[in-house]
Amino acid sequence: MILSAKDRVLIWGITGKQASFWTERMIAHGTNVVGGVNPSRAGQTHLGRPVWASGSEAAAHGGGFDTALLFISPAAALGAGRDAIAAGARLVVILTEHIPIHDVMTLHALAREAGARIVGPNTAGLVTPGQAFAGIMPAFNTRVFKPGRMGVISRSGSLGTLVCLNLTRAGLGQSAFIGIGGDPLPGTTTAEALAVFAAHEGTDAVVLLGEIGGRMEEDAARVIETMDKPVVAFLAGRFAPPERRMGHAGAIISGTEGGWESKCGALTEAGAAVVYTPAQIPRALTDLLLTADGPRRAVR
Amino acid sequence: MDLLEHEGKALLAAAGFKVPRSRLCTSGADASAAASAFGPVVVKAQIPAGKRGKAGGIRFAQGPAAAAQAAKSLLGSTLLGFPIRRVLVEERLDIARELYAAVTIDTETRGPLILLSLDGGQEVEAGFCGTAPGVRRLPVDILRGLGLDAARQLTMGLNIPDPDALAVFLVGLYGIWREAEATLVEINPLAILADGSLMAADCKVTLDDSARFRHPEQPLTPPERQSECERRGRELGLAYMDLGGTVGVLANGAGLTMTTVDVIAHMGGRAANFLEIGGDAYTKATPALALVLDNPAIKSLVINFCGAYARTDVMVEGVLDAWDKLKPTIPVFFSVHGTGEDAAVRLLRDRLGVKPFDRMEDAVRHAVEAAQ
Repeated sequence: MILSAKDRVLIWGITGKQASFWTERMIAHGTNVVGGVNPSRAGQTHLGRPVWASGSEAAAHGGGFDTALLFISPAAALGAGRDAIAAGARLVVILTEHIPIHDVMTLHALAREAGARIVGPNTAGLVTPGQAFAGIMPAFNTRVFKPGRMGVISRSGSLGTLVCLNLTRAGLGQSAFIGIGGDPLPGTTTAEALAVFAAHEGTDAVVLLGEIGGRMEEDAARVIETMDKPVVAFLAGRFAPPERRMGHAGAIISGTEGGWESKCGALTEAGAAVVYTPAQIPRALTDLLLTADGPRRAVR
Repeated sequence: MDLLEHEGKALLAAAGFKVPRSRLCTSGADASAAASAFGPVVVKAQIPAGKRGKAGGIRFAQGPAAAAQAAKSLLGSTLLGFPIRRVLVEERLDIARELYAAVTIDTETRGPLILLSLDGGQEVEAGFCGTAPGVRRLPVDILRGLGLDAARQLTMGLNIPDPDALAVFLVGLYGIWREAEATLVEINPLAILADGSLMAADCKVTLDDSARFRHPEQPLTPPERQSECERRGRELGLAYMDLGGTVGVLANGAGLTMTTVDVIAHMGGRAANFLEIGGDAYTKATPALALVLDNPAIKSLVINFCGAYARTDVMVEGVLDAWDKLKPTIPVFFSVHGTGEDAAVRLLRDRLGVKPFDRMEDAVRHAVEAAQ
């Protein structure tokens, strides 16, 4: 899940306008983009990369890849994901928002059977500053991202960008950014991403950007209990009204589940420092890193 | 989107499920006629909310006169925040036992989940996650579907007259859930009638808005609890929500917009609205700003952009175009970072003569102070 410059990335929908904009930047930033998929442009090259009719075509004719990046419409996402998994993708990063949830469940089942991992849907992608990125994050903007030792996990691309910018300003570079996505059924959960950073030698501390809805933060708390690296969390939606979807399909306080208090409580109890504005994150990290065994507490 | 009870029941009936005889009524006379045909009836408010019974939205009537009176008292009133425009007048059932059955989504397995309980009825929370004691849970592999044998495993040994019929019922329910691409089909109560047969006495069906493009046949319930601004936002494809405060918010991305609302409250203010123009909506800054400014309660405005996919230069240009046209006089405070930042900052300097704040917290603090 921590993308490297060696990972071979094949991009579904590479020829689209937005996909082209981001693919150009991915290539310029060092991402090993091996090609793209678009049945109606098969055989052509785009941005200097071969375009294939399908992932299986690519894999069979020298376009082997490990990571599939889906830059594709909601209606076409199931077909593209099925193709990517059948062609042997180890990692499928799905940027698309508003994929029908039955299609998402089908993709999860297919990935599980094939032993592939899905990141997303509705994720901003993965960034390893200075090395590679797959998705729609301004990884190329050196004011936002800088190589370093902070792991960042986020359900939101915009908030993730702001927080990485705050970290970079404070001199805290990032080992990697993992975008969970804003959907209710993410292929990779906050807890799973945390476990990756817990075991990652290049990561000293983790910033967890959660939000209301579901219980991913409560599950993440159980991982934090077992970690010896500091975790600082910010949770969006503290003042959101109940039973309303706050822009993300997954961001809804429903009945007794998904509320801010429960998440904050679970994370604090597990030893994370929960802060109340994004600007408090760098300071909280520095405090915890300076007193590695010191008391962990909520920062007000 | 939650279907109204009568819409959900129509879906079930079309799939061959037994539902009570009923008539949708908009007047006391309608209800009286229905009761003449059915005998003792239940008069049920049609609103998109659970716990109707406890809130007084379900009335029993012995005959036509009582049905008419119940309908008249419900129609036109407001229940749980929703105006009652229609009531469903339904035959009263001879229920021997009330069960609970649902097909929903399990966030743990990321797949379908069948829930079954011998204790159904009003006391059971609508859409409950199935952790209550006595609830049987069966995760389903979506690639293979729910077979009768698996359903029988779930109903086996239950102390009811015909466990096998219940297994058949569950297989059918799963079929409807898949076909309609629902996120929830809940039958509560699932009635065992005096003759031992099963009937869906009430139901809650939630459909997936993202799958609507594949289902032109599904009803489109107009959202009831909506302000004028929310309705216009929906028409524009924008996630707009009234929040009742005085600090207007325009931001991109759900996470950043929620954060902006939170930080406003943290600084002692209150956001007037939630409005995010993330994703492909980032080109809609002009109509979005017009929407925010139309709220007469706002006293100041925070514009907080942090571009990942959304280009801040495009969003700022949209804001400036709206600004030129609408010429608002309220104080505005910007924070602009990320993709397209340099061009965005230049645009703000050249066309509005302002410099964005370095930190969003500072922009918010000034907006909160200006609103007081």
